[in-house]
Amino acid sequence: MAAAVLGSKKKSGSGIFNTKWEPFIYLAPFLIGIIVFTLYPVINIVLISFKEGYRQITGAFTGYGLGNYARILSDPYFINALKNTAMYVIFVVPISTVLSLFFANLLNQKIKGIAIFQTAFFLPMVTSVTAIGLVWKLMFNDRIGVINAVLGLFGVEPIGWLIDPSMNIWALIIYGIWNMMPFTIILLLSGLQNIDPLYYTAARVDGASSSKQFFRITVPLLAPTIGLTCIINMISASKVFGELFPLFNGSPGTAYNLFTVVYYIYYEFSVSRHLGYAAAASIILFLIVFVFTMIQLYVQRKWKYY
Amino acid sequence: MQIKIDHLTKKFPDTVAVDDFTMDFESGKLTALLGPSGCGKSTMLNMLAGILPVTEGHIYFDDDDVTDMPPQKRGVGLVFQNYALYPHMTVLENICFPLEIQKVNKAERIEKAKEMAKLVQIDQYLDRLPKELSGGQQQRVAIARALIKNPRLLLLDEPLSNLDARLRLEMREEIRRIQQETKVTTIFVTHDQEEAMSISDSIVLMKNGVLMQVDKPQELYDDPKHQFVASFLGNPPINMIDGKINEDGDFELLDNSTVIKLNSKVGQVGQEVVLGIRPEAITFDEVKNAKAEIIQRYTMGKEELANIKIGSAEIRVYLSSDYTYKTGDIIEITLRDKGVFLFDKESGKRL
Repeated sequence: MAAAVLGSKKKSGSGIFNTKWEPFIYLAPFLIGIIVFTLYPVINIVLISFKEGYRQITGAFTGYGLGNYARILSDPYFINALKNTAMYVIFVVPISTVLSLFFANLLNQKIKGIAIFQTAFFLPMVTSVTAIGLVWKLMFNDRIGVINAVLGLFGVEPIGWLIDPSMNIWALIIYGIWNMMPFTIILLLSGLQNIDPLYYTAARVDGASSSKQFFRITVPLLAPTIGLTCIINMISASKVFGELFPLFNGSPGTAYNLFTVVYYIYYEFSVSRHLGYAAAASIILFLIVFVFTMIQLYVQRKWKYY
Repeated sequence: MQIKIDHLTKKFPDTVAVDDFTMDFESGKLTALLGPSGCGKSTMLNMLAGILPVTEGHIYFDDDDVTDMPPQKRGVGLVFQNYALYPHMTVLENICFPLEIQKVNKAERIEKAKEMAKLVQIDQYLDRLPKELSGGQQQRVAIARALIKNPRLLLLDEPLSNLDARLRLEMREEIRRIQQETKVTTIFVTHDQEEAMSISDSIVLMKNGVLMQVDKPQELYDDPKHQFVASFLGNPPINMIDGKINEDGDFELLDNSTVIKLNSKVGQVGQEVVLGIRPEAITFDEVKNAKAEIIQRYTMGKEELANIKIGSAEIRVYLSSDYTYKTGDIIEITLRDKGVFLFDKESGKRL
C-alpha cells in the first residue's frame, strides 16, 4: 500500500497505470482466456443454433429462426437420443447411488486391511475409461465373455449384449453404473466420515439394530450428500458419450440405435457437418442440465441440519 | 437399583484405565464419579453403560450379572457430554426415538415423550430441531431421551462441562430435581469437585483408575482417608507441608527450622509425614501451636485471606477482618481439630 502510494506520487498520471483501468491490466490474462475460450464459443453456439442455412466455411446464413430446433425435434435419431439418454440417467443414477451407498458403508468400517479394499474400489477412477471400456467389451462378448458365462451357470441363454440392438442400451447402462460408482463412493464415504460416531453409540444404547441405525441415522444425515451426488451424477450421466466408443467400436450401438444426446451433437458436428443442428442440440442439453442444477441448488438449501 | 462392582479392571493396550475397582452404588441415589482427567471415570461410566467391554471383574445390577450384557439389554439411559441429539430429528422425535426402537405404538410414545418433556421443562420446544436450542435446552432433551425408557440406571457423562457458568448452576440444580422426582439411580461423571459436592448424595473419588474414597460429600471433605482426597477437594486448596515427627510427637519441618505442635499425636517418632491444613483450620486464639509471620493479606470477594509463613513453609489461611495484623507481624497460630490431617509421606495414607 505505502509503496503504491509513494509510486503514484512520483509518476502521477503516466499512461494507464494509476488510473481506474489499472486493475484490468492484471485481470486481462484471465479475462482474455475466458472471453476467447468460454464466452465467445457459448454466445456463438447460441447464435448458430438460431441461424438458418448456416455454412461453416463462409459463415453465411439466410436468417434467424427456430428451424434448427424444429428440424432436430422432428429427427427420430434425436428423439431416440433423448430417450436413450433419459433411460441411461434413470437407471444408472439411482442404481449406482444405492450400490455406492452400500459399499461406502462397508468401506467405512474399522476393520483390518480396509485400505486395500478402499484402494480396490477407487482404482477405476485413476484408470483410463477406454482401457476399462475395452475390458468390459470383452466381458460383454456373447461367446467368450465372462458375463454370459456366469449367466450360463444359471441356465440363461447367451445374450448378444453388443450385437443385439435391443440389448445395447443395457450393456451401456451396466457399464455406466460400474463406471460411476468409484466417484460416488468417495463422495458418500466422505459424507459418512463426517457423521459423529456418537450418534451410533447413542442409538446402540437405545437398542437400535444396524439396519435401524442405517435408515434412521445414516441415511437422513447423509441425505444432503446423497442429494448432491445424485445431481452431479445426473448431470454427468446426461452427458454420456465416452462410454459408447470402446463398447461399440466408435459407433452408437450396433445399428445406429444407441445415439445419446452428446453423441448426436458430436455426430451432427463432426460427421454430418450440420453445425446448426449440433448447436441446437447443445442448447437443449444445456437446458436439461440447467434444470437439474436448479433442482440441486433448491434441494441443498432445504437439506441443512447443522 | 443397586449396582455392585466387583474387582473391575479395564486395560487398554498402553494403560490400565480402571484398576481392580470394587464398590457398591446405592439405589435411588445420585452419585458422582469424581477425579482429575484421565483417572478412568469416563471409562468406568462406559463400562456401566456397556459401551466398553470389561477386561476383568464383574458388574451386577441388583442380582443380574450384566458384565457381558449388551447396552440395550441393561436398561441404562445415557446422556453424553455433547448430548448427541440427532440433528435431523425434532425434539419430540429425539425423545421418542428409544421407544420407536422398542416398537411402542406412536400415540403412546408421543404421550410419554410429552410427559418427559414436561418433567425436564422443554415442552414448549417439541417441534424444534436441536440446532435451534441453547446448550441447556439440548441438555434437557438429552436427559428426557435417556429417561423415557424408564432406565434402571441413568448415566451422565460430564453433563455440565459444555455449559457456561450461569447455565451450569441452573442445570446442576435441575439434574438434582429431576433425579429426586424420578428416584432413578443416577451416576454422573465430573472433574469439578464443586459440582460433585453440591448435588450428589455420595462421591466416588478416583485417581489413576484406582478408587480413592467413597463417601458423602461432607464426609469426604472432613474426613479424607488419603492425601490425594484432601488435596483434590476444597477451594482454596488445602495447604500441604512436608516434615517429620520429632521426639515429642509433634510436627517438625524438614529443615528443622520450626515445630508445629499437634493436637493429637498420631505419628511415630522420625516418620516422614505431610501435614495438611485447610485454610479455615487456623485460628488465632489462646492455645498456641506455632509462630508465623504474615506475608501478605488480600481479599477474594467476600473472603479475606492471608499468606503466612511458618518457618520456611508458606501457607494460605482465612484471616477474618477482625484481626488487624499487618504484613510482617509475627503471630501465634492455633490449629483446630477439624481440617488438620497428618498423612504418611510415602503411602499418602491418613494417620
